[in-house]
Amino acid sequence: MAFVKTAGTRAGRDNRLYKKNKLVNYLKNTFTDAGNATQFIARFFKEVFTPPFEIKEFARQCYVIGYKSLPLVTITGFIMGLVLTIQTRPTLAEFGAESWLPGMVGLSLIREIAPVITALICAGKIASGIGAELGSMKVTEQIDAMEVSGINPYKYLVVTRILATTLMIPLLVIFADGIGIFGGYVGMNIHSDVTIFRYFSQVLDSLGFLDIVPATIKTFFFGFFIGMIGCYKGFTAANGTESVGKAANSAVVAASLTIFIIDMLAVQITDLFF
Amino acid sequence: MIDEKINIPEQDTAMSANAVIRIKGLYKSFGMNHVLKGVDLTVKKGENLVVLGKSGSGKSVVIKCLVGLVQADKGEIKVFDTDISTLDNAALNVIRVRIGFLFQNSALYDSMTVRQNLEFPLKRHSKKLSAKEVDDEVIATLENVGLAEAIDKMPSELSGGMRKRIGLARTLILKPEIMLYDEPTTGLDTITSREISELILSIQKKNKTSSIIITHDMACAKLTGDRLVILKEGVIVAEGSYEALEKSEDEWVRSFFI
Repeated sequence: MAFVKTAGTRAGRDNRLYKKNKLVNYLKNTFTDAGNATQFIARFFKEVFTPPFEIKEFARQCYVIGYKSLPLVTITGFIMGLVLTIQTRPTLAEFGAESWLPGMVGLSLIREIAPVITALICAGKIASGIGAELGSMKVTEQIDAMEVSGINPYKYLVVTRILATTLMIPLLVIFADGIGIFGGYVGMNIHSDVTIFRYFSQVLDSLGFLDIVPATIKTFFFGFFIGMIGCYKGFTAANGTESVGKAANSAVVAASLTIFIIDMLAVQITDLFF
Repeated sequence: MIDEKINIPEQDTAMSANAVIRIKGLYKSFGMNHVLKGVDLTVKKGENLVVLGKSGSGKSVVIKCLVGLVQADKGEIKVFDTDISTLDNAALNVIRVRIGFLFQNSALYDSMTVRQNLEFPLKRHSKKLSAKEVDDEVIATLENVGLAEAIDKMPSELSGGMRKRIGLARTLILKPEIMLYDEPTTGLDTITSREISELILSIQKKNKTSSIIITHDMACAKLTGDRLVILKEGVIVAEGSYEALEKSEDEWVRSFFI
């Protein structure tokens, strides 16, 4: 019995020590990662204002990130508006408030649904794409090759991509707003007959300055962090092909989570000041 | 374990004065792994220096320290008489343009064609060149490595040997004075390896470059090396010509030549 007790105690002590070391290592890695990410962001603000400016690469990234995401954003935007209208109509009809439907759809889409859903879709498509692309470049020493030939890879690869996402995500969200509202019009016409002019005038009547501006401002932050996280995960990928997949995967997870956090903060700030 | 360096002559003043690369007491650790433990190395102008050593002995780390890809923990690295550890990024980039680096896997930019791979560094460092001059330079450099016909191909369409040649062309387009080759013949067949080795030799003769060649390929070392050094456990343990080291009294050194 005594032997069992001693062995059990020692095993328990070892287990506690193991768990403690694991926790210490986890915290150490988390804080190191947070420090590195902060340095990475600080470097962006330093490099973005110093020449040479990679205008051509920035324009190419705008095309890749913005234009090439249009089909996906169009389809999802249309479905968002259509489904929202179809799902909400019976409830409003019960209260005899069917005429509020265009206004409600417009408000919901512009204030919340279109920015968040579009940003999440872009987090999946763009952040993972950037993470995988830069991760693969890191693993195959292409970033090192750029550096040794006297070219600043951070400026060429990171600054251009972050600027492109910061500019393109708001434009994609505005596009998704429009397509979503049109989807709502199609959804309304399944059960009733509303002219497009009347539908859009009802939508526009229900929207005010405070519905549009804060919702648009937050999309710049969505874009900035989608680009930043994708670039950070790719640029800091470890050696080996496995890390490319990890970079892409963790970029999507981190970017999606960040979008929800920014959204929550944006709603609180809007409520506080307006 | 070899305690003493073999066949290492005292570096005379003439050699030192003629040196384009001078490394003194270079130390580098990755965590608890002490890779370099005081490497001393000199490369003369126009010389091909071959660095031999077992895998993981820190050969690639030495040349990565030379171009600032890896920060040394301790030691002095002088390239063209400039201590690179004292330079900021902009000044280091000026030195980097004068150094060509051929990576083990060529590191071609996957998203660019061969032409764009060569144009990319050239356009950034020779802004006064017209589009035609850039084009002519790209074609001439590709002809130099015997691959002008691959100009519009993507890297994924190239064989291993072709990728090495294009990687070489990309570094040569900036007309470097120093070439660093990281295992230039690894993964290639004997014939292609010989072609790459001959190319290295012709670059040295034509462009008067000084080179460090990291290799495990003894045929490449014999053909290209004016002088060989052997790295073991973070220090240089042997230095001399291929013939001298081949006849070394030390069994471990001789084992490289079997």
